[in-house]
Amino acid sequence: MSGQHLLSVADLGADGIDEILQLTDTFVEVSARPIARVPALRGKTVAFCFYEDSTRTRVSFETAAKRLSADTVNFSIATSSVNKGESVRDTVETICAMGVDALIVRHRSAGVPWQITRWVDATVINAGDGGHEHPTQALLDAYTIRQELGSVEGRKIAIVGDVAHSRVARSNVAAFTALGAEVTLVAPPTLLPPRLDDWPVEVSSDLDAVLPKVDVVYLLRMQKERMTESLIPSLREYTAGYGLTRRRVDLLADDAVVMHPGPMNRGVEIAAEVADLPRAVVTNQVRNGVAVRMAVLYLLLGSGVDLKPEVVGA
Amino acid sequence: MDREDVHRALRRMAHEIIERNEGRLGEVVVIGLQTGGAPMAEALVAALEEIDEASAPIDKGTIDVALYRDDIGLRPVMPEEVTEIPVDLTERIVVLVDDVLFTGRTIRAALDALTDFGRPRSVQLAVIVDRGHRELPIRPDYVGKNLPTRRDEVVDVSIDGVELGEMVK
Repeated sequence: MSGQHLLSVADLGADGIDEILQLTDTFVEVSARPIARVPALRGKTVAFCFYEDSTRTRVSFETAAKRLSADTVNFSIATSSVNKGESVRDTVETICAMGVDALIVRHRSAGVPWQITRWVDATVINAGDGGHEHPTQALLDAYTIRQELGSVEGRKIAIVGDVAHSRVARSNVAAFTALGAEVTLVAPPTLLPPRLDDWPVEVSSDLDAVLPKVDVVYLLRMQKERMTESLIPSLREYTAGYGLTRRRVDLLADDAVVMHPGPMNRGVEIAAEVADLPRAVVTNQVRNGVAVRMAVLYLLLGSGVDLKPEVVGA
Repeated sequence: MDREDVHRALRRMAHEIIERNEGRLGEVVVIGLQTGGAPMAEALVAALEEIDEASAPIDKGTIDVALYRDDIGLRPVMPEEVTEIPVDLTERIVVLVDDVLFTGRTIRAALDALTDFGRPRSVQLAVIVDRGHRELPIRPDYVGKNLPTRRDEVVDVSIDGVELGEMVK
């Protein structure tokens, strides 16, 4: 990975993704030690700027930073001066003036992490920006597939659900296809992006037909507000057409795995009992997430592989 | 040193380790530093098990100390191999193995790293080549060969021999 920031999977390329996944092996081992902490980023400070709710991503990044011995600073929207009308620029400039090496940014608008790189010298890591990207989620998903199935290359992966509003889907399509997987998007037409011409994917609206052919079925969270936007008739109807029910699991190949970025809506996109099957590797995804984020933090803040700062893909 | 010299040195070091830890070889864990020390540790374990068959198999592991180095941020530092220490090191006798002992900074990092795997009874250091120029108060317990060098020279150690070369600028 070259560059000072991690803003999108698209910027990494296959080699950049591969470098991160290889380094992740090291941090999986570190995380399994009796004392799961290395001094690699001693003296570095990582600040969290989450303008949108998140538990797992923030905790995962925070755990990753702490296992690398970095100091962490939390900036929580609820108690911050954002509520007094402070702009994003003023907020991040203030935090950076306190001496911060990296900002982990989540924001409801696409492009905010990139915009922040223009204002501050700190390393910026995108932890989800609007409907754009969530690169570390895609990296941990690719790592999990590699761990479960040996490789991503040549695998057939179905991404099912609300692709239109999903930054996870966008990042995962970029990562999976860069690594040589064949991706099929499965969703009702109303939940697909309006233009898919330049996406290197197949599209289907028949989940039953797709399931027997895939190695991985990746379920996206069904955001309940989509119903009020009239994009689907009802959650029950969505489940009937696109939910991974117990019956549908039997259509899968024996070694196919089920993935979900969380938080799961049990009974909507995934049946409660399906989420607890051994082939549902959601917990492994979460565990690998910490190690992948350690790899990203170490590459950007510690490795010195690129001592000349430059913005990837700016 | 050629292949035969390296082999002889490893065998002599194995004898010294057995002598120094007499009756306690079962407590020894041989840990090779990635990447140069790992094949040397393998060879040393093979020699130990050959000389003292009753102690076989001897516990072994490898460690990559990149994340403990004191020059992170000053030069590119990347872990190259995944650390494998399959046993708790508490109350064990650790024999750290590296190919070349130079400034001592790698060993300093390794000593820190080891403490994350338990509290060894003792740690001993075995190196194939001691080339001098120490920057920290660290000394080896077992040495294959003392090789006086200039700072800008490069020492290349493998199972097949030891070569001294000029640094490629």
